[in-house]
Amino acid sequence: MKIRLFAGLLALGLAAGCGGATVDGGATTAASPEGSADAATPAGTVKIAINPWVGYEASANVVAYLLKNELGYTVELPEIKEQLAWEGFETGDVDVIIENWGHPDLKKQYIEEKKVAVEAGSTGNKGVIGWYIPKWMADENPDITDWKNLNKYADLFKTSESGGKGQLLFGDPSYVSNEAALIKNLKLDFKIVTGGSEAALIKSAQQAQAQKKPLLFYFWDPHWLFSQTELVRVNLPEYTEGCDADPKKVACDYPEMDLDKIVSKKFADTGGKAYELVKNFQWTNEDQNKVSDDMTNGGMSGEEAAKAWIEANPDKWQAWIPK
Amino acid sequence: MSSTAVTPASRLRVPRWVVPAGIAALFALAYLAFRGTGTLPHNSEAAPFTAVTELREWIDDHRNDNPLFLYFLNYIRLFVDALYTSFHAVLVAMGWPGLIGVMGGLAWLAGGWRVALMAVAGFCSFGVFGLWQSSVETLALVSAAVLLSLAIGVPLGIWAGMSARVRKAVTPVLDVMQIMPTFAYLAPLALFFHIGAPAGVIATMIYSIPPAIRITALAIEQVSPTAVEASASLGATQAQTLFKVYLPLARSTMALAVNQTIMMALSMVVIANLISAPGLGSDIIRGLSRAQVGIMLPAGIAIVIMAVILDRMMVSVARRDPHSRIGRGNVAAAGVLAVAGLVAAAFVPRQWPEDLTVSVTRPINEAVLWAETSWYGVTTFVKDTVTIYLLNPLETVFTTAPWWLVAAAVLLVAWRVSGVRPALTALVCLLGIALLGTWEHSMRTLTTVAVAVVATLAIGVLLGIAAARSDRFSAVQRPLLDAAQTMPAFVYLLPALALFGTTRFTAIFASIIYAVPPVVRLVEDGIRHVPTSVIEAAASAGSTSAQILWKVQLPMARRAILLAANQGIVLTLAMVVVGGLVGAGALGYDVVLGFSQRPDFGMGFVAGVATVLLGVMLDRITQGADRRSLPHKRKFT
Amino acid sequence: MSPDNAAIAVEGLWKIFGPKSERVLASEDKHLDPAALREKTGCTAAVRDVGFEVRPGEVFVVMGLSGSGKSTLVRCLTRLIEPTAGRVTIGGEDVIGASPAKLRDLRRHHVSMVFQHFGLLPHRRVIDNVAYGLEVQGAAKAARHERAREILSLVGLDGHADSYPDQLSGGMQQRVGLARALAVDPQVMLFDEPFSALDPLIRRDMQAEVVRLHREVGKTMVFITHDLSEALKLGERIAIMRDGRIVQLGTPEELVGAPADDYVADFVRDVPRSHVLTLRWIARPPEERENLDGPELPANTLIKDAIGAVSTSSRPIRVMDGEELAGVFDRVDMLAFLSGQETPATAQVGA
Repeated sequence: MKIRLFAGLLALGLAAGCGGATVDGGATTAASPEGSADAATPAGTVKIAINPWVGYEASANVVAYLLKNELGYTVELPEIKEQLAWEGFETGDVDVIIENWGHPDLKKQYIEEKKVAVEAGSTGNKGVIGWYIPKWMADENPDITDWKNLNKYADLFKTSESGGKGQLLFGDPSYVSNEAALIKNLKLDFKIVTGGSEAALIKSAQQAQAQKKPLLFYFWDPHWLFSQTELVRVNLPEYTEGCDADPKKVACDYPEMDLDKIVSKKFADTGGKAYELVKNFQWTNEDQNKVSDDMTNGGMSGEEAAKAWIEANPDKWQAWIPK
Repeated sequence: MSSTAVTPASRLRVPRWVVPAGIAALFALAYLAFRGTGTLPHNSEAAPFTAVTELREWIDDHRNDNPLFLYFLNYIRLFVDALYTSFHAVLVAMGWPGLIGVMGGLAWLAGGWRVALMAVAGFCSFGVFGLWQSSVETLALVSAAVLLSLAIGVPLGIWAGMSARVRKAVTPVLDVMQIMPTFAYLAPLALFFHIGAPAGVIATMIYSIPPAIRITALAIEQVSPTAVEASASLGATQAQTLFKVYLPLARSTMALAVNQTIMMALSMVVIANLISAPGLGSDIIRGLSRAQVGIMLPAGIAIVIMAVILDRMMVSVARRDPHSRIGRGNVAAAGVLAVAGLVAAAFVPRQWPEDLTVSVTRPINEAVLWAETSWYGVTTFVKDTVTIYLLNPLETVFTTAPWWLVAAAVLLVAWRVSGVRPALTALVCLLGIALLGTWEHSMRTLTTVAVAVVATLAIGVLLGIAAARSDRFSAVQRPLLDAAQTMPAFVYLLPALALFGTTRFTAIFASIIYAVPPVVRLVEDGIRHVPTSVIEAAASAGSTSAQILWKVQLPMARRAILLAANQGIVLTLAMVVVGGLVGAGALGYDVVLGFSQRPDFGMGFVAGVATVLLGVMLDRITQGADRRSLPHKRKFT
Repeated sequence: MSPDNAAIAVEGLWKIFGPKSERVLASEDKHLDPAALREKTGCTAAVRDVGFEVRPGEVFVVMGLSGSGKSTLVRCLTRLIEPTAGRVTIGGEDVIGASPAKLRDLRRHHVSMVFQHFGLLPHRRVIDNVAYGLEVQGAAKAARHERAREILSLVGLDGHADSYPDQLSGGMQQRVGLARALAVDPQVMLFDEPFSALDPLIRRDMQAEVVRLHREVGKTMVFITHDLSEALKLGERIAIMRDGRIVQLGTPEELVGAPADDYVADFVRDVPRSHVLTLRWIARPPEERENLDGPELPANTLIKDAIGAVSTSSRPIRVMDGEELAGVFDRVDMLAFLSGQETPATAQVGA
């Protein structure tokens, strides 16, 4: 009796499912109930993932402001970290990543293999990740900027959290990171201590300058902080093409990256003007720094800062608006 | 348990402290002799980690062509997604006045105008804080998860309540589920159900199902057997007995089951954001990753408000006199409120109007900055003292001790406190941790837990004693404890983060605030339940009040205090793991990292499993209070 | 008898529970009956204007139904419950005005108490329970254990020293309670319904035990009970309480033979009077022609014990108070008494 019931249910399920269900929010035969399909109409919804650093937010807010106020879209800005955002292309939770830092492996997987995402061109920003120290440290110890001498100064960087080694302060766990491999492969007597956020990095950097506290930390450009705090980059072994191919064996510095935009395949196909705008969006590091500075230090919300920039730079953004 | 009488030999008694002290000294010597050998250092490419990472890659590649996914898991995902989407759509379609009106109406039906007023004010506050959209998402997510939990949990609970065999089978599973740190649920779900709202709903559902089952079973068990016998003697079928006797009599307890389920769900929704579930959790995580309390606090308060409203509504339902009907006036008022809201919704935009919001982000951030700078000296001193003199040395001991020494210590302590079987379980858990390659990080987490537990118990027992001895103190403290216990765990990270930045101490501080209230309560109740006759007898023998405390109240409240210790440890572990988000490192951070970096997924997953093993181990070591009777009573069992 | 040589003297003792008990005490409301008082003030007067004295070595029983205030009264004696007003002296020491240290000293050395629900410490072995009083006094372990063993054998618990209380029967547990109270060698022992939680047979044993102990150690005892037969069996004098007041205080004979009011009369109605009253109650002056050569019996012989003698003797029995003739009685008098008729003699003596 029970077995027959189960068999019946199974048959029913199979019949209803036809070809089974995929994860992108619909049985293969059924259209998805909600999602980016309706983004084709001007009143659609665009989901721009928010990655946890202010430069990204600056770009996202400017694009969101224009989508909302110039094109009449609804914009959602879900808080989804870098790698999960790529998965969001597949599940339909994300339409746009507005500032992508490299991620060749994810590009291969999601663009080439799964074909759920496409590239949407450069943001115009040049991005570099690196290890930084406050300038006064470099002034006092000129040879500290060479990675070979880091072990010599490891004691300077000790903290209560670094377990007897030098501390390398890291940011959000989701950031692009070769730190573990670098420390291992360059045999550095350092320990990664995760501050957990961009804010933790900034605060430490500011304290390091103001109170002359030694600090070695992970940071990146473009960033408004460089205009306020004097930082010096530590030179790791020079980047050569392909030296970072195997993430476990990396022993070289980060490359300078062309930051680019990635959108879901569905959004590229049906996004209409919104997709056009995202594709056209391109600005400079200075533009981004201005907006992020306003957001962090000017006490403005993302929307206010975006509005301020947009009002000040009509010629720049008008070129992005699709005709 | 053995049936032999265990009466300690009374002759030839060595002072009681000699044996334990000797054993402790032995362990200390063994540590000094073997320190640094037999350690199991962390390797982020350990075989179990890479195996899981590969499994994940494989699943990701075959999510849409493997039959298990195609015909089963994906359907579940789809169904849950549809449920969430439709809840969300309905809530959004009502518009803000509609939703406020309907919630107000429901609250009126549940508990009269006072609760209704609270519900209306509470929901308005979501809008005022600028959190309307997130709140609606959270409400939809919680509703979907609670509905599913109840749909599965209540029938299971009824079954368990009526059949001792089912109860026996279900109880250990529930026990383990309840000591599982919330983080541990996430990775497997991401593996099978991907990320996003549906995975979040399922995670929340699984987390909130144990109370639904447990309390329902309890409610059914408590139904008077006489009533059941009477019903059976009149020839009622089992179904008739169920619907006409069991369920009506179990009603008010079952309302508490619903209440508990909602509360558990609310405390999980935030964490579910780590697998991209929408809602208020998103705002809290944003605040965390920006280190801005100003963003987190309103969202945290919104969750508390939602919890309090739903709690009051359910408690009112549970407490309502079973013979009273809801007055016609109340029905009318509730109806008017709901209809008025829905009608109003037709004339205003669905989103909460922006000019009715107040941004509190900046003032809060400024206040936090003020606290940070003006208390910098004190907070840094406290943090550094604890870290340098307690945390770091202890961590060194734990991580440099040979694994077999730690295992022996765990076995011995668990045996002594809880008996043979729990000791073996604890040992198996510990060996599992070693085999999974998470030894070093588990030891680090254990260190943090140990420090937090010591502080929690010290504070909790002191406050508990104070409350038990002074009615006035208790009266002041009790509402605070009530409020603290309604709050989702996450909220406690905020003040900790604001004061101490991202360090291990932050996690310790947060878990202390999280775990102290239940400890205080258990200790206070334990002391208060010491029979007055005994206290009187002691007083009449001329005991000072300190003598009464040490010789009578504390020893007699031993069970309660040990239970408090057990609870404190389990709660502390859960919070320390969540503390991975704010700098606690070790296992909790591994879990976070697992979601942030694909190559570390396996490590995160395994770290989640390790937290469960650690939780079970700590529970088994300390469960003596709960499940073992006093030593001299063993002969009766 | 003056308060100074009394073991315990109580005077004008009041205990009012509830808010503003002081104010109630000061007003005339305190004389309202209990229901009216609660209605009006929300207070309960558990002890109302109680006064009595207990002689050294006496067994003094306070008896009443539940709610009559007897348990509150006994707790007021050592201020386990703080009285609202009144004077209590024990061994000449003022209890009410005593400092906490003084009060503790009193409780440690002079007065000990046995409780209805035993109040034993379940986490301690019997011997440590018995030694508890000595322990809080600060006695050394060896000394207090030695004393505790002595007392344990006195109460018949040899061999149970290392048991835990919940391994003993109820009767044995109360023996431990008794031993604990005895261990500190107090002058006064207070018993708060100590046997009411025990089975009837065990209760009888324990009552016998108390009688025996009283004979052996000769402590002053205040014994609270709601059981009239227990009161009559143990008490040299009995105070009957009702609604917080003592309605009658007297020897068992006085209570049974001459109840002060209907309440007491009602109480003692079912008592087999021949078991309580002595020959004094039925002795009458000899009539003129009666011959006074019948058997002699002492005046304090219980009536029931004289039944055999009177039924085998055709002559009236002479009741002797020492060397003096207190009166006589014969079969007719005995039958009249046993059938429940009041004899004139009873009325006379009782008056």
